[in-house]
Amino acid sequence: MNDTAQIFEQGEYNFAYLDEQTKRMIRRAILKGIAIPGYQVPFASREMPMPYGWGTGGVQVTAAILGKDDCLKMIDQGSDDTTNAVSLRGFFEKTAGVRTTYETSEASVIQTRHRIPEKALREDQIIVFQVPIPEPLRFLEPRETETRKMHALEDYGLMHVKLYEDIAKNGHIATTYAYPVKVNDRYVMDPSPTPKFDNPKIDQMAALQLYGAGREKRIYAIPPYTKVKSLDFEDYPFEVQKFDKPCGLCGAENVYLDEVILDDKGGRMFVCSDSDYCEERRADGHLGPMAADPAAHQFGATQAEETAR
Amino acid sequence: MNAFPSTDPLLQVHNVTRYYGDRIGCADVSFDLWPGEVLAIVGESGSGKTTLLNCLSTRLAPTAGAIEYRMRDGTMRNLYQLTEAERRLLMRTDWGFVHQNAAEGLRMNVSAGANVGERLMAVGERHYGNIRSTADDWLGRVEIESDRIDDDPRSFSGGMRQRLQIARNLVTRPRLVFMDEPTGGLDVSVQARLLDLLRRLVADLGLSVVIVTHDLAVARLLSHRIMVMRHGNVIESGLTDQVLDDPREPYTQLLVSSILQV
Ligand SMILES: Nc1ncnc2c1ncn2[C@@H]1O[C@H](COP(=O)(O)OP(=O)(O)OP(=O)(O)O)[C@@H](O)[C@H]1O
Ligand SMILES: [Mg+2]
Repeated sequence: MNDTAQIFEQGEYNFAYLDEQTKRMIRRAILKGIAIPGYQVPFASREMPMPYGWGTGGVQVTAAILGKDDCLKMIDQGSDDTTNAVSLRGFFEKTAGVRTTYETSEASVIQTRHRIPEKALREDQIIVFQVPIPEPLRFLEPRETETRKMHALEDYGLMHVKLYEDIAKNGHIATTYAYPVKVNDRYVMDPSPTPKFDNPKIDQMAALQLYGAGREKRIYAIPPYTKVKSLDFEDYPFEVQKFDKPCGLCGAENVYLDEVILDDKGGRMFVCSDSDYCEERRADGHLGPMAADPAAHQFGATQAEETAR
Repeated sequence: MNAFPSTDPLLQVHNVTRYYGDRIGCADVSFDLWPGEVLAIVGESGSGKTTLLNCLSTRLAPTAGAIEYRMRDGTMRNLYQLTEAERRLLMRTDWGFVHQNAAEGLRMNVSAGANVGERLMAVGERHYGNIRSTADDWLGRVEIESDRIDDDPRSFSGGMRQRLQIARNLVTRPRLVFMDEPTGGLDVSVQARLLDLLRRLVADLGLSVVIVTHDLAVARLLSHRIMVMRHGNVIESGLTDQVLDDPREPYTQLLVSSILQV
């Protein structure tokens, strides 16, 4: 028996909840996914002790790759302390007993729902995405038999129909989340549901990317240093969102910002969506234009307190 | 006997037979289709017209027989030996298929412009401005106002939908278009306008067409040649005017006389 197979602590769960058979099955799907970058590999998704919307696909992938020495970071909406992230982290603390962290650089496995950390990931890290809808062609072609054929034949005109509609209706490509990409010049893939701001990060990323969709029973992967191109038109090239202000708290530019309401008098500010990145910058002495504002200070302090817990 | 003896045939149909269980859909049909030729398949309901059309257009595999098509590079290929990728490319570039029910041939949830542009994008066009202006041009050619380009076909009348479906098919300049009762279900005045448009486009583009209709007036107006089907068999064929003015088979005589009475 290998050591991960040992019954964990009180004997309630196998290490990381899933039994070893299931983990092997999921690892095979992952290996196939790595071998065919961007290809959606069907797998026998298991019932998990949480609702589907909670990222059961990502959880199963994480459970299958986790070892005792791993250090896990859980992100939801860029933050480590939302309900979803807190309970999933708790789940692995309880079932695998692995170390967890808020710090991107300390983690060996990062599971995320919406965001990719601002800090560049390394070769010794793996990022696991929770995917609700893995099929990028679903929007215009509901038939599964047909979408499979389209992938097999590299028949992707429909993706551009969707982008065409976007421009026709909005004057620009209005898709901001789940922005379709072509992986390794072959498979069209949905990096859902990360904002398109993060698309450039998945191109030539040093870390291995694994995507798990629980309800839809699909796993796909992007190996390290793989070309990932966001689809676009020659005259409407892919662009990421631009924020005209820096982060109110840490002053960071060219990062993804969330709007935060400060009071009921219309006071608001924009702050880093990646809370760990923001805190680290502030700890290093970077200050944003709102850092001295009492309301903002209160917000920043709350965030820092929760991080410290 | 054909109207276009100077070139090689575009389509060669050899003994095509299709059974549905024990029931005959169509039996032992053979003919050649020439570049620029319009062939009408006529016959009463259930005579096998749609079955034959679907076999020809690779939408329904025949039980027996062979169909050969001259590809753009001049080679003659057995349609049912094409790879799926080759077949798809053929269907969306060199061929068109106009359904009686426009909703089957259109994407009802995307704009008219995207409906026309889809084939261009499918074959790799990646310039939005070019796609849009080509779509606009084709909407004009099928008499749809430019300001409807961003509307989806759900807001179009039956006649407009049918014209949109035609534009969507012709945008890649196909050489061969299959049509199954393209004017069926439309008001008489709408039909007349559509027929007029079809006749003009077919002539302008030098299209080869196989058109299924049970309306002999449509066949008379559009086709050079006609095939009369009954119980799955072709019972008479020839130049349209000859067959309609001087039918040899009693069944054809009956068909012709019944339309004259209408
Ligand atoms: N899917 C099917 N399954 C079984 N029998 C079929 C099927 N489609 C057609 N048939 C039968 O094959 C014969 C030819 O039908 P087909 O639809 O080709 O006729 P058609 O000439 O197109 O008729 P219509 O003018 O009514 O459209 C008929 O007897 C019909 O009942
Ligand atoms: Mg029919």
